[in-house]
Amino acid sequence: MKSKLLTSVGLIAVSAVVLTGCSSGGGGGGSSAAASCTNEIVNKDAAQVTVWAWYPAFEAVVDNFNNTHDDVQVCWTNAGQGNDEYTKFSTSIESGSGAPDVIQLESEVLSSFSIRNALVDLTEFGANDIKDKFTPGSWEDASSGDAVYAIPVDGGPMGMLYRQDLFDAAGIAVPTTWEEFAVAAQQLKDAGTGGVLANFPTNGRAFNQALFAQAGSVPFTYDSAKPTDVGIEVNDQGAKDVLEYWDGLVKKDLVTTDDAFTADYNTSLVDGTYAVYLAAAWGPGYLQGLSDADPDAIWRAAPLPQWDAANPVQVNWGGSTFAVTEQAEDKANAAVVAKEIFGTDEAWKIGVEQSALFPSYVPMLESEYFANLEYPFFGGQQINKDVFLEAAAGYEGATFSPFQNYAYDQLTEELYSMVQGEQDGSQALDDLQETLTKYATDQGFKVN
Amino acid sequence: MALTTTSPRTAPPQPSVSRKVGVDKIDRKRQRWGWLFVGPFALVFLGFLIVPLAYAFWMSLQTSTLAAGTQFTWFANYGKAFTDPIFLEGLGRVGRFAIVMIPAQMLVALAAAMVLDNLTTVLSKFSRLMIFVPYAVPGVIGALMWGFLYSPRFGPGSDIFSLFGLDAPSFLSQDNIFGALVNIVTWQWSGYYMIIIYAALRGVDSSVYEAARLDGANSWQIALRVKLPMISSSMVMVLIFSLIGTLQFFTEPQVLRAVAQGAIPVSYTPNMYAYSLAFSYSQFNYASAISFSLGIVVFIGSYLFLFLTRKQNGLK
Repeated sequence: MKSKLLTSVGLIAVSAVVLTGCSSGGGGGGSSAAASCTNEIVNKDAAQVTVWAWYPAFEAVVDNFNNTHDDVQVCWTNAGQGNDEYTKFSTSIESGSGAPDVIQLESEVLSSFSIRNALVDLTEFGANDIKDKFTPGSWEDASSGDAVYAIPVDGGPMGMLYRQDLFDAAGIAVPTTWEEFAVAAQQLKDAGTGGVLANFPTNGRAFNQALFAQAGSVPFTYDSAKPTDVGIEVNDQGAKDVLEYWDGLVKKDLVTTDDAFTADYNTSLVDGTYAVYLAAAWGPGYLQGLSDADPDAIWRAAPLPQWDAANPVQVNWGGSTFAVTEQAEDKANAAVVAKEIFGTDEAWKIGVEQSALFPSYVPMLESEYFANLEYPFFGGQQINKDVFLEAAAGYEGATFSPFQNYAYDQLTEELYSMVQGEQDGSQALDDLQETLTKYATDQGFKVN
Repeated sequence: MALTTTSPRTAPPQPSVSRKVGVDKIDRKRQRWGWLFVGPFALVFLGFLIVPLAYAFWMSLQTSTLAAGTQFTWFANYGKAFTDPIFLEGLGRVGRFAIVMIPAQMLVALAAAMVLDNLTTVLSKFSRLMIFVPYAVPGVIGALMWGFLYSPRFGPGSDIFSLFGLDAPSFLSQDNIFGALVNIVTWQWSGYYMIIIYAALRGVDSSVYEAARLDGANSWQIALRVKLPMISSSMVMVLIFSLIGTLQFFTEPQVLRAVAQGAIPVSYTPNMYAYSLAFSYSQFNYASAISFSLGIVVFIGSYLFLFLTRKQNGLK
């Protein structure tokens, strides 16, 4: 009780700091050379490019860039993570000023911003010359038709992180298919430890979408060359099958449906409540940053379970890019920053070791160093070689809608309604299809 | 005699005319000073309230879609808003909150104020402060704190319920979120309303109570038949405050949404809907229309209420 209270007090304090940090960070950005930077500018006479990004340990990457470039310097600000940053960016697009020159965006929101003419097509600035340096899947995510709206940075090929100790205690073999996964879930429940095999968050957003994609779901088609056309098919059979599968597990109490990314969820991830963390390649870094971990935990990584073991499908959850904004005055220099800041092995060494990022940058992916990297958190397992490199190589890219945030919010509502027992998965996706089609029509799209 | 009677009659206009001129001069001078004093406020008021409001209204008259660009459409957005099931559902929800939350807050505040008004010990000062303290906690922090108290893992719920051999309910589930929010708001605002009511009670002449006591009224009767009617205008004010606050419900559900995204959808209240339209879905124009529509509802609601309680609130 006391320790719980202390934890909650601590968490409140942290959240308070985070909140105030977010609200005071709004003034950053702007294209003026006088903008305040978090980092030290090495060459004060050079042109400065303002950058918003939230990567951990990013300052070292920025320093690396500034030390190796004489004519352009990066001025970096952390304007918040994910939606916090997007809200600020969106507001500055509307007001016509205040956006940075270069901005970190997840690939899923690129078309939401490109449709508002907020991003520069980087093909004019030689983006296609470096196309070969990135995995095809990540390049596909960052481009729309012939246009390239961002330079990929990191990706989230998915794998399965699991608790070897809990598996052994319950006598569970590592599942390679979803069928085996369901059996394992039953075994773990029968062992009566009180934990569950995994969690199925209704607010998983890109996570849920990735699970659908593994069964062949292609929810959206969109090409920025024809910005008023959008194809919506969120209720195809693949997605419905996936939902039916998870709904079955939920109904049998084999998995929980806690909201993801809350303090409760974070603790459940590391204290043994969930024996499996279906994760992207950035997941190990996320796990290591969590407190209250079970000290005896033995974590291992394995490939994501498959629907058809003979024809494995690799999927991706998350992943981010650097885009150049239309508000940038010096677009050429901004493009240099976007292309080169994570364009060297040195930068990527920092990215891999300190930020726990999974590169979309092929030279790093193909290096002996990366493949053989041993992770102490996984007892020295070479998780890249064992799991994630293959997952990254098999990923073919996805297309996101120009109203992805709305689509995800609606998906969350429908999934929540499903796990509450108000409707089945098939109905949930049919409703989603109807809602999104109506929304897109209201927004002036021609829906195919 | 005639002289004496006429001269006073004709004499007064003379000074009154000169005084009038003098008054005008002084008035004008006073007004100039008045404007000078009002100036700083007027500037801020114009710059940070009137101009943004006007701009938002201007925005609400245009329709902007992702694919088709911006057009001037007069009041089309308002027509859409008042037929938008999401907006109407949100209005209905804050209406239900108003029905439950306002009486709850007022009862707690009134009871606390009455008790404190009767106490004259050191304890009363301390209690007054303690009841007021939640109001001093910023709304966001208060909601975050409650988020943790409601959490099945970090909160005391499971410990308390296990004392009685029960399982703690899930406070953040779809069924319980309404009560959970009512509880937070009541906790936060009752102290503030208590202070208002308490101040009004202090303002009542205690000889009235004495008279009531001499007439044989007991404490209950004094409280309900004497004190309550005498502070009715304060009660109406408290009610108006909480009515407006409830219709604009935003902070608590928005903060709790971080831990209960399923139970609190983005459009839970009209204000949250406007917020997400503007900042998540970049529909600034429709968000402005929703905000103004909510403003209209609040205005009509408050006006109606003040009209209905015109006897009690002292406006008539």
